[in-house]
Amino acid sequence: MIKTTHISKCYGDVKALDEVTFDVVKGEIFGLIGPDGAGKTSLFRILTTLMLPDEGQAEVGGYDVVRDYRKIRRSIGYMPGHFSLYQDLTVEENLNFFASLFHTTVAENYALVKDIYVQLEPFKKRKAGKLSGGMKQKLALCCALIHKPDVLFLDEPTTGVDPVSRKEFWQMLRNLSDGGLTILVSTPYMDEAAQCDRIAMMKEGHLMPAGTVEEQRHAYTNQLWSVKGIKMSAILKIFKTFEGALSCYAFGNELHLATQGVEKSELETFARSMHLGEVKISAIKPSIEDCFIALT
Amino acid sequence: MFGHFKAVSDISFEVGKGEIFGFLGANGAGKTTAMRMLSGLSHPTSGKAKVVGYDVYTETEKIKQNIGYMSQKFSLYDDLTVSENIKVFGTIYGLSKKEIKVKGAELSHVLHMESSMHKRVQSLPLGWKQKLAFSVAMLHNPKLVFLDEPTGGVDPITRRQFWEMIYEASDKGISIFVTTHYMDEAEYCSRVSIMVDGEIKALDSPVALKKKYKVETMDDVFHALARGAKRGEV
Repeated sequence: MIKTTHISKCYGDVKALDEVTFDVVKGEIFGLIGPDGAGKTSLFRILTTLMLPDEGQAEVGGYDVVRDYRKIRRSIGYMPGHFSLYQDLTVEENLNFFASLFHTTVAENYALVKDIYVQLEPFKKRKAGKLSGGMKQKLALCCALIHKPDVLFLDEPTTGVDPVSRKEFWQMLRNLSDGGLTILVSTPYMDEAAQCDRIAMMKEGHLMPAGTVEEQRHAYTNQLWSVKGIKMSAILKIFKTFEGALSCYAFGNELHLATQGVEKSELETFARSMHLGEVKISAIKPSIEDCFIALT
Repeated sequence: MFGHFKAVSDISFEVGKGEIFGFLGANGAGKTTAMRMLSGLSHPTSGKAKVVGYDVYTETEKIKQNIGYMSQKFSLYDDLTVSENIKVFGTIYGLSKKEIKVKGAELSHVLHMESSMHKRVQSLPLGWKQKLAFSVAMLHNPKLVFLDEPTGGVDPITRRQFWEMIYEASDKGISIFVTTHYMDEAEYCSRVSIMVDGEIKALDSPVALKKKYKVETMDDVFHALARGAKRGEV
């Protein structure tokens, strides 16, 4: 449904995209996982025909992003990173406006947005600028769907949204995807990778090989340990000095230590020699965040 | 209160010296309103509050002079250079020219930004901006710093480096009041409060909260509480 080949883009000296090549299969939720500055928004702008690439080719729904941009624009939905609807129009007015832009009506495709719109309906006469962050996201999603697009582009749709609302949002995306919609979504939240069918990590303009979350975790080549104890800040400081430590970072109430060719007993001995008290060490499988950290 | 809408109701708590206090809650729960009252930016409708010893009704200017504040939306001037930002904020906080020079040099060294001092802030990677903004918020050695979602969108490594900076500030006795949507970060706090529908539904250390709700992580605690929210998004 989406296909890019060696897409590159520079802003002056900065190489925002470096030979980005990947494809998205019809009906899947594909996640671009990476922090701000990775190049996600630039890639989205190229795929939604808002910006030209410096090099490379891209196709959406079989159409070329440069030659056939008009055809692409009719068949995609786009939710950019910042709220970009009309703040001084009401919820209802925004939705009607976007429907009319695409020569359709809200009634015609209501079934597609119904589950989401139902939550907005009590506020339909409220000006969009007065909605809370989470509500704005839901409205923007409805407006992106109202013309029944084939592909949906969502650029960081859950940034700044609390974990509970984020979960709800992803459930909505899953329902849409089950209905046949192809979705390309970007996020800096690594835990959201698990909600996608396939993901690719993105860092400083480079796109890593795409795969399912399982495949990504499988490609992780280090040993990974979880270390837990009472005085975590002290444990963290000490384990950072462990000779075989490739990386050592806090992960909530534990720390993750990456090594190569180290035995668990060596770690236990080290902990004892440093008088760290009761410390629990276990071998663990990496999360997407661990995979991302290993890219450095 | 905003018109007929009670954004925040009856919240009470104390934050101690050097404490890292996590302020959590869903969007629309009342966090931003509460933070604005505490940083002297808006008046409470009723109730009492003192921040760094000053009254939030009558001494807001004193509060503003003695706290640091950093948020995603407002931190530094994008079109000024790193040096210029340090000068501007140092001046706003009442530092002398000499103090600004000394602090600026210290900051550039600690953040490894010596070669970027003349770059415009907008050209810096987000992670650098956030670390710089945090340091600038503490130029005047405030006793309390408010951080409003300081690590949103930042890469995993920078996020953790940022929290190491928070720990260092806390070790120096600076109290930190931080809001975040990353539940792993809630674990790094001395105490956490969770706001639901304008009220504080939980206030305790992460260890105690997890014990109380019989769950493993702060994420689970949050879900257990937030699920009961009536107001949800407004």
